[in-house]
Amino acid sequence: MPPGVLLTDFYYLLPELVLTAGALLVLIVDVLLPRGSRGVMWATLAVLAATLAALLPFAATNVVIANGLLAVDQFALFFKVVFLVAAILTVLMSVGYLEVEGASPGEYYFLILCATLGMMIMAGGIDLITSFIGLETMAVSFYVLVGFIKPNQRSNEAAVKYFLLGAFSLGILLYGMSVMYGLSGTTNLRAMATVFAGQERDPLLVLAVILVVSGLGFKIAAVPFHMWAPDVYEGAPTPITAFLSVGSKAAAFAMLLRIFMEGLPSMNADWRLMFEVLSIVTMTVGNLAALTQSNLKRMLAYSSIAHAGYLLMGVVAATPRGVAAMLIYLFVYGFMQLGAFAIIVMMRRRDVIGDEVKDLSGLHVRHPFAAFAMLLFMLSLGGIPPTAGFMGKLWLFGAAIDAGYVWLAVIGVLNSAVSLYYYIRVVVFMYLRKETTGSEPVASPALAFTLAVTVVATIAFGVYPRLLFQLADASAGSLGLGGILTAIR
Amino acid sequence: MNYYLSIILFTPLVGALLLLFVNKQNENGIRWIANIVALLGFVVAIPLWFWYDPQDAEFQFVERASWIPSIGAEYFLAVDGFSTLLILLTTMMGSIAVLSSWSAITERVKEYYIFLLVLQTGMLGAFMALDFLLFFLFWEVMLVPMYFLIGIWGSANRLYSAIKFFLYTLVGSVVMLLGILALYFYGYSVTGVYSFDVTQFQGMNLPFDLQWWIFLAFFLGFAIKVPMFPFHTWLPDAHTDAPTAGSVILAAVLLKMGTYGFIRFSLPILPEATRYFVPMMVVLSIIGIVYGALVALAQKDWKRLVAYSSVSHMALVMLGMFALNPVGIAGSIIQQINHGISTGALFLLVGVMYERRHTREISEYGGLSKVMPVYAAVFLVMTMSSIGLPTLNGFIGEFLILQGVFVANKIWAVFAASGIVLGAAYMLYLYQRTMFGKVDNPKNEKLLDLSGREFATFAPLIILAVWIGLYPAPFLRRIDSSVQRVIARVSPQYVPGNAGATPAPPAEVAAATTGQSQAGAPR
Repeated sequence: MPPGVLLTDFYYLLPELVLTAGALLVLIVDVLLPRGSRGVMWATLAVLAATLAALLPFAATNVVIANGLLAVDQFALFFKVVFLVAAILTVLMSVGYLEVEGASPGEYYFLILCATLGMMIMAGGIDLITSFIGLETMAVSFYVLVGFIKPNQRSNEAAVKYFLLGAFSLGILLYGMSVMYGLSGTTNLRAMATVFAGQERDPLLVLAVILVVSGLGFKIAAVPFHMWAPDVYEGAPTPITAFLSVGSKAAAFAMLLRIFMEGLPSMNADWRLMFEVLSIVTMTVGNLAALTQSNLKRMLAYSSIAHAGYLLMGVVAATPRGVAAMLIYLFVYGFMQLGAFAIIVMMRRRDVIGDEVKDLSGLHVRHPFAAFAMLLFMLSLGGIPPTAGFMGKLWLFGAAIDAGYVWLAVIGVLNSAVSLYYYIRVVVFMYLRKETTGSEPVASPALAFTLAVTVVATIAFGVYPRLLFQLADASAGSLGLGGILTAIR
Repeated sequence: MNYYLSIILFTPLVGALLLLFVNKQNENGIRWIANIVALLGFVVAIPLWFWYDPQDAEFQFVERASWIPSIGAEYFLAVDGFSTLLILLTTMMGSIAVLSSWSAITERVKEYYIFLLVLQTGMLGAFMALDFLLFFLFWEVMLVPMYFLIGIWGSANRLYSAIKFFLYTLVGSVVMLLGILALYFYGYSVTGVYSFDVTQFQGMNLPFDLQWWIFLAFFLGFAIKVPMFPFHTWLPDAHTDAPTAGSVILAAVLLKMGTYGFIRFSLPILPEATRYFVPMMVVLSIIGIVYGALVALAQKDWKRLVAYSSVSHMALVMLGMFALNPVGIAGSIIQQINHGISTGALFLLVGVMYERRHTREISEYGGLSKVMPVYAAVFLVMTMSSIGLPTLNGFIGEFLILQGVFVANKIWAVFAASGIVLGAAYMLYLYQRTMFGKVDNPKNEKLLDLSGREFATFAPLIILAVWIGLYPAPFLRRIDSSVQRVIARVSPQYVPGNAGATPAPPAEVAAATTGQSQAGAPR
C-alpha cells in the first residue's frame, strides 16, 4: 500500500467500490444472458440502487482520505445523489429507446455506470490528478455512448465531434493544471490554497486560471466553448443526451467549484470577473439561439447552455449561498431536463423520429398526461412557480443580489423572460395546434415511471422545498470553504 | 388555529382537481360541477363580510405556518378591509364568469373550467398572502391559466394576444422579483433574520436610494398589470381576443392586482420613493386617462372600446392613489371595486351579443333596444355606472378621487374631470350607436333577449352597483384601516393628531409608524 493510504480509506470508498464491482458484474451478466433480455437493465438498476444505499453511512461524514486525494463530505454526497438519480432515470428511459432504435444494449449500461463512477470521483476529488482521472473516465465513456447508434450517421458524427473537441479541451485543461502545479509544487487543492494565500498575484497563475476556465467551460458548455453541444445533443441517443446534459454538466460544475473555491480562492477577483462575463454571454447567447430552433433536442441543447449561464451566477457570487443555490438548481434541473428528454424518448416510434417541435402537435389529445408533464417541465425550465425550477432560479438570483451583482441578476431575469418564449412555443404546439399523423406515442412502464418521478419531483420541490434547501445549505457549508470563503468576502 | 382563509383559497383548486376525474365527454356534468364549485367558492367567502371587524386596524384571520424555514419563507395569509373586498369581488366574479360560459364554451370544456378554477385560486392567494414569496408564487400562478384561456378559447388573433399578455406580464414580474429579493436581503441586514414578512417591511425605513430602485422594480411589475401608459398595449389585444369569461376576470380582478400591489407594497414599504415619484406617476396617469378615453372614442370594435375604457378608468384609479391623501386613496380603492363591477358587466354584455351574432363590429348593430329591451336596460344601468351617474357606484368612486386629487393639485383635477367627461362621451356614443335608432340590419331583427341564466349573471352586479351608489358607508368603513395604514406611511400629516405637519423626515416617520405597528403586530 502506498504511504499515507489507510485501510479505513477503503471503507469511505464503499460507494465507488460497489459501483465499480457492479459495473464489472453488469459486463459479465451481459455476456451470460440471451440477447434481447432485459436482465442487464435490471442488473444496472440494482447496482445503482446499491450504490445509493452505500452512500447512506456517509450522510454526515466530512473527511479527507487517501492522503488528500479525495474528500468524502456532504458536498460530494449531494452531487453523488444527483448523479445516481440521473443515471437511474437514464437507464429507465433507455430500455425502450434502444429497442426502437434496434441497437443491442451491449456495453451501453456498463458505460453508463463507468461515466457515473467518473462523475462521483470528480465530485470528491480535491487533488488535480484525482479530478482529472474522474473527468477522463466520464469523458471517454461518453465518447462511446454518444456514437452508440452505429448505423445512424448523426450519431457517428456527434461522437467524432465530441471526441475531437473534447480531447482538445482536456489538453487545455491539463495545461492549466500543470501550470498550477508548477507554481505551487503540489497537486492538492487545499495545500495549493495555502501556498498561494500569501503570494503576490502571479501573471502565470492568471494564465492557468484562463486555461482551466476554458477547459471546464467546454464541459459545462459555456459560450464560447459551446459549439459542440447542439450537434452532439442532437446526434446522441436521446437518453444519453439527457444524461450528458444533466450528469456531465453537474459533475463539471462540481469540479469547477472544487478547483476555484478550494484551490484558488486567492485569485477570486480574476476568476469571478471571468465567470461574470461568461455567465452573461452564455445565458444570452444560449437563449437567443434557442429561440430559432425547430428541433427539440437542439432547442434543449441551447436551453441547457443558457442554464449553465444561470448556474455560473452562483460561482460569481462565490458565497456559501451561491454554492447552495447551484446545488439546488442542479438538483431540480436534473429532474426537469430528464423529464423533458423522457418525453422526446416517448415520441420516438418506429415510424417517427419525434424530435422536432412540430411532432408534439396536438399531444394533449393523443396523450394528455405526457402533454401535461411536458408543460410542467417547460414551465419549470422557464422558472414559473409553483415548479421546482422557480425555486432554483429564485435562489440563484438571490445569491447574485446578495453578493452585490444586481446587474447580473437583472440580465438573468430578463433572459429567463426571453427563454419563456421558446418554452411556451412547445406548449403552443402541444395544446393549441391540430394533431399530426403517425402512430400513437406510448409510454412503456419504465418510461411512465420516469415521467411520474420527474413530474412529482418538479411539483414537490416547487411547492415544498424545505428539505432540499436545508440539505443544500449543509452541503455547501462543507465545501471546505467555510473559512476560505469568508476570506474572499 | 383558524383555517378560514385557506378554505376560501383552496375551494376552487379542489374543484379543479375534482374535475380532473370527470369524463370529458360528460360536458353538462362538468358544467354543473364547475358552477357549483364556483358558487360554493363565493358562498364560503360571504361570511368574510360579516366576520371582518372594521374597528380592528390590524390584519385579520391570520394564518401562519413555516414553509421553507431555511430561507424564512412562511405560509402567511391575512386580510384587511381592502383585500376582503377584493376577495369577495374575485369569488363573485369568478362564479359569474363560470356561469356566463355555459353555452359560450363548447370545445374542450373540461380543461376550460379547470383553468378558470385554478386561476381563481391564484388570484385569491395573491390577495391573501402577506409573505412576499408566497405572494409572488400566486401572482405567477395566474399567468399560465390566463394564457391558456386566451390562447385556446380566444378569437381570431388569440395566439399573438396570449403570448403578448404572457411575456409582458412575465417581464414585469421577474423584475419585481428582483425588487423583492433586494428588500429581503436588506431586511436581513437590519434585523438579522431572514423573512419575507410584508408587515415587517411595512415598518422598516429603507435608505432612499434603495427605495428608489425597489420602487422602479415594483413599478414595472405592477404598472404592466394595471396597465399604466405606456405599458398598456397588451391589454386591448388580450381583452379583444379573450373569451368572455376571460375578459371579465381580466378586467374585474386581474387588473386589480397591479393597483393592489401599489397600495399594499409600494406605498407603505417605500414611502419616500413614492413621494419622489409622484410627478412621474401623475403624468403617466393623466396621459392614460386622456389617451385611453380618446382612443376608446375612436374604436369600431365594441370589445376594444370597453378595453380602452379600462385603460382610462384604471389610470383614474392610479391618479386618486397618488394624490396620497386619505380621500384619494379611499376613492381609489372604492373605484377599483366599481371598475370590477361595471367593466366586468360591460364585457359580459359584449359577450352576450357576440354569442348571438359572432361579431363585435359596432356598425353591425343598431336599434337593439327594440329587439332586446331587457338587455338594453341592463346595458343602460352599466353604462351609467361606468360614466359615474349619481345613485350608482361609479359616482361615489369618481367623486372621492376627484375630491382627493383636487386637494392635492387643482390642475390634476382638471385632467381627471376631463377624463370623466370623455368617458361619458364614448360610452353614450356607444350606447346610441348600438341601442337606439332603427333596426337596419336584418340579422338583428330576430335576436333573443336575455335568458334567465344570462340575467342571473347581471343581477348581482346591478344590485351591487345600486347599493354602493346609494349607501357606500359599509364599504368605506371596511377600507378605512387599509387607507390609514398607507397614509401613516406616505402622508403622516393626515394621521389624526398629526395635522398640519409637513411630510415627516424619516426619523419621525419611523416614530409614527413603529408606534402604530407595535399596537398589535399580527402575530
